[in-house]
Amino acid sequence: MTVFNTPTLDYGALLPILIVFIGAVIGVLVEAFVKPAMRRFVHSLLTPATLLVALFQVIANRETVTTTAAIGSVVIDGPVIIAQGSLLLLSLLALLFLLDVDSFAPEASALPGSEEEKRAIASGKQQTEIFPLMLFSISGMMLFSAASDLITLFVALEVLSLPLYLMAGLSRRRRLFSQESALKYFLLGAYSSAFFIFGAAFLYGYAGSITFPEIRNAVIASAGNDVILLIGIVFLSVGLLFKVGAVPFHAWTPDVYQGAPTPITGFMAAATKVAAFLATLRIFYTVLDGALWQWQLILTGVAIITMAFGSIVAIAQRDVKRMLAYSSIAHAGFLLTGVVAFNKAGLESSLFYLFAYGVATLGAFGIVTLIRDGQGEVTDLNRWAGLGKKSPAIASLFALFLLAFAGIPLTSGFIGKFSIFSAAYEGGLQSVVIVGVLSSAIAAFFYIRVIVLMFFTDSSDSSVSVTLPTRRSSIGVWSAGIVTVALGVLPTSTLAFITDLAIFAR
Amino acid sequence: MSVLTILGILPLLGALVVATLGKSDARRAKLVALITSIITALYAILVAVGFEIDRPGFQFIESREWIPTFGITYGVGVDGLSLVLILLAVILVPIVILAGWDEAESGRWSAKTFYILILVLETMMIGVFAATDLFLFYVFFEAMLVPVYFLIGGYGSGERIQAAVKFLLYSLFGGLLMLASMIGLYVMANDQIGKTFDISALSRLEISSTTEHLLFLGFFIAFAIKAPLWPVHTWLPDAAKSATPGTSVLLLGVLDKVGTFGMIRYCLELFPNASRTFTPLIITLAAISIIYGAFLAIGQKEIKRLIAFTSISHFGFIVMGIFAMTTQGHAGAALYMVNHGFSTAALFLVAGWMIKRRGSSMIADFGGLQRVTPVLAWSFFIAGLSGLALPGLSSFVSEILVLVGTYTRYPVAAVIGGFGIILAALYILIPVQRTLHGPTTPGNENLTDLNLREKIAIAPAIALIVLLGFYPKPALDLINPVAETTIAKVGFTDPVPTMGSER
Repeated sequence: MTVFNTPTLDYGALLPILIVFIGAVIGVLVEAFVKPAMRRFVHSLLTPATLLVALFQVIANRETVTTTAAIGSVVIDGPVIIAQGSLLLLSLLALLFLLDVDSFAPEASALPGSEEEKRAIASGKQQTEIFPLMLFSISGMMLFSAASDLITLFVALEVLSLPLYLMAGLSRRRRLFSQESALKYFLLGAYSSAFFIFGAAFLYGYAGSITFPEIRNAVIASAGNDVILLIGIVFLSVGLLFKVGAVPFHAWTPDVYQGAPTPITGFMAAATKVAAFLATLRIFYTVLDGALWQWQLILTGVAIITMAFGSIVAIAQRDVKRMLAYSSIAHAGFLLTGVVAFNKAGLESSLFYLFAYGVATLGAFGIVTLIRDGQGEVTDLNRWAGLGKKSPAIASLFALFLLAFAGIPLTSGFIGKFSIFSAAYEGGLQSVVIVGVLSSAIAAFFYIRVIVLMFFTDSSDSSVSVTLPTRRSSIGVWSAGIVTVALGVLPTSTLAFITDLAIFAR
Repeated sequence: MSVLTILGILPLLGALVVATLGKSDARRAKLVALITSIITALYAILVAVGFEIDRPGFQFIESREWIPTFGITYGVGVDGLSLVLILLAVILVPIVILAGWDEAESGRWSAKTFYILILVLETMMIGVFAATDLFLFYVFFEAMLVPVYFLIGGYGSGERIQAAVKFLLYSLFGGLLMLASMIGLYVMANDQIGKTFDISALSRLEISSTTEHLLFLGFFIAFAIKAPLWPVHTWLPDAAKSATPGTSVLLLGVLDKVGTFGMIRYCLELFPNASRTFTPLIITLAAISIIYGAFLAIGQKEIKRLIAFTSISHFGFIVMGIFAMTTQGHAGAALYMVNHGFSTAALFLVAGWMIKRRGSSMIADFGGLQRVTPVLAWSFFIAGLSGLALPGLSSFVSEILVLVGTYTRYPVAAVIGGFGIILAALYILIPVQRTLHGPTTPGNENLTDLNLREKIAIAPAIALIVLLGFYPKPALDLINPVAETTIAKVGFTDPVPTMGSER
């Protein structure tokens, strides 16, 4: 009989992930046992409390560096702490919008337009499962950024993705459209998962192990067949690049961003990127670093195409959510330059950029949730004309977020761009820097167009007004605005914090 | 805290005070803005008096850590060149506010916003000339675009939005190229001497020839767009035409100088070898600018566009003077920046008044203003004569210096530039004759002459034009040492005339 050793788990290091997971499970129990009328209220306390407790635990863990927290499947180190902290902060920000606006279907299982749905609307029901779903997704993201073997990575990928597929289909209005986008997201996501696991299998075949350290050793020793390694790298990258929305795996982004309920879109755009990029950085920096020659060139190409494509296609968009989707593709390209830079500056700047971009993105989508007419949100850009006159504060904030996306000095976006491009330059990738700045110039064009529309175009009859933001949304958009400016003017403490912690443990 | 920091904060404080005023309180907003800008100007003059001409290097230095992670400091300090440009800026702002007393009222937003934008812009103009840290310079250089964009788009006339967008996109494009070059410098500094953006530290870097050329181009294109030099000038006529006269004055008078200032401070000092390589090309572009701007100015039917094209011609002279690489050329170019600032300001303001009174900006709609509005006509005439570099008025001194300085090294370019002077007489005297002289044409009989406020506004500009024409020494004293050190840094010595007096 073989001896079965009980695995030793370092619960302290794993606690943030576990807390969020437990919060999600409790959330499910709330759905089962609490009266429908009370659920929303209970969730509105439980969810932020869970995130806050987890955040405190992350802060308490900030000195922790361990690769053996869960028998080698999870690594907790500086970058993970930063990523988990960013994830929780961004999720808290996203939650402000999630709780505030009635963006979700009253009853997801009712056919759109059916009697059943009308009854559900009349009864004032709301689908409250989004809150535990969101917590599940966050715990998946936190695990994804900390995973240290291919199977854990894959499980985390599914844990983070499946709730997102569901949440994307829960829009209150234009439900068919939302469900279509959820289906697209699910199908393409399933494909990319298949590619991912296929790549993982090849890497296992190459290295004879699924753990990151052993794959790394095998790559450095070039122990096996290089073709198998290459196939493994390519397919694994496809899975990762799909999640970050890089060209040519970006096709889902505009549709899903447009169809999903706007607070979810913001959450997806900001948080998924953090998790996916941290896993990408870890894999390319600490697992496949021995195969730099094999992947750097391909990934550089992907970065260049992604930046250029996102910026150019965004020009043609007439819908604000689609425009932000293409802008997020362009930003995925900028972030990829941090990956291909392959130096410590690249890691640091990516971490900064992810947080700064996440905050601005949540702010921007948060404002989109506020711009409404009688039928709900209005995302047609032409109807945003004259917004600057009707609600100057909200329009100015939106302009601020756009300027941050464009990378104008004194916003967080500029510091982010500067640091990520200088990392790429330092890594010897001058061509990427040139394409990066040129894409930024193109991108500036459509950001400015929206500013022109809001401030310089007169409103017509079909123009929209802003629903008076409630306390929670105003806290949300204003704090996003303040962080965006603060990170642009006085980024020192944040940068120093990241510099101290941003070292991958192997 | 350096006096420069205080100088920069003053307008910002004024902007804050304006921001606390009520929305409809346009009159108070104007008064606060005017008083703030006058205090700033007086304080700047006070600062300038304390400047020691004989001391080399920067003065009133302040340097604090800003973003130590990237070696970025808040570093300010001035030499003679940046000091005169700061003076130019802070003197023009109160003139502009006083001259365009009512111009904010027709805008899209309240007058309050207009004056906040103007005052914020003033802070940035001071900052951009005073920065001794490249990163800080870049921040001001780019952030400056935002208030100007809203000033053109929000308060201009005609196709103001297109003009504002065109201005912003051109400038952003140049700025981003410069960002790439700046990153290159930063990475090289990091390898050689550690993270820094200090200009004097950066100028000591050792850069391989190809890299230096590329980095130089990044900076130069950004500055050439700003200046603007042919063929990247096309945003200027549109912007100048659409903006309010006051905004145009600041745009042409000060903001464009950032381009030529940047060529001296950054292109020449950071990339001396590349500057030498590209000199013939740039001199050629400058010569084309002079002639092209002049010819197009002659062809214009609209007053504001005409002035914009004359400026393109003048910027050709300035750039030619800078890249002639002689001390006379340099001093001339620097002096030209100041003179052009004042004469264009006077021209634009008077033109703005004419347009406002007549309700049209076409030259053909005016005629015989000399009889109806003598003070206005004389002001326009004097400003125009300064524009064509009449001896005794300020531009003459600088134009001669540029041409003399250029001739000793690039005689052909200097001769072409000389033709520019003849064309200048055409593009100034033709509109002067059409608008001011001859019989008063219908529609112009009842125009009113300048009122007291307008007279007070234009008086300092005209006075400075005449003063610097007869006695340019104070400005030259500030400029000359900088010209000499810059030329020495680039590695040129003035050519010795081959035909001396004692043959």
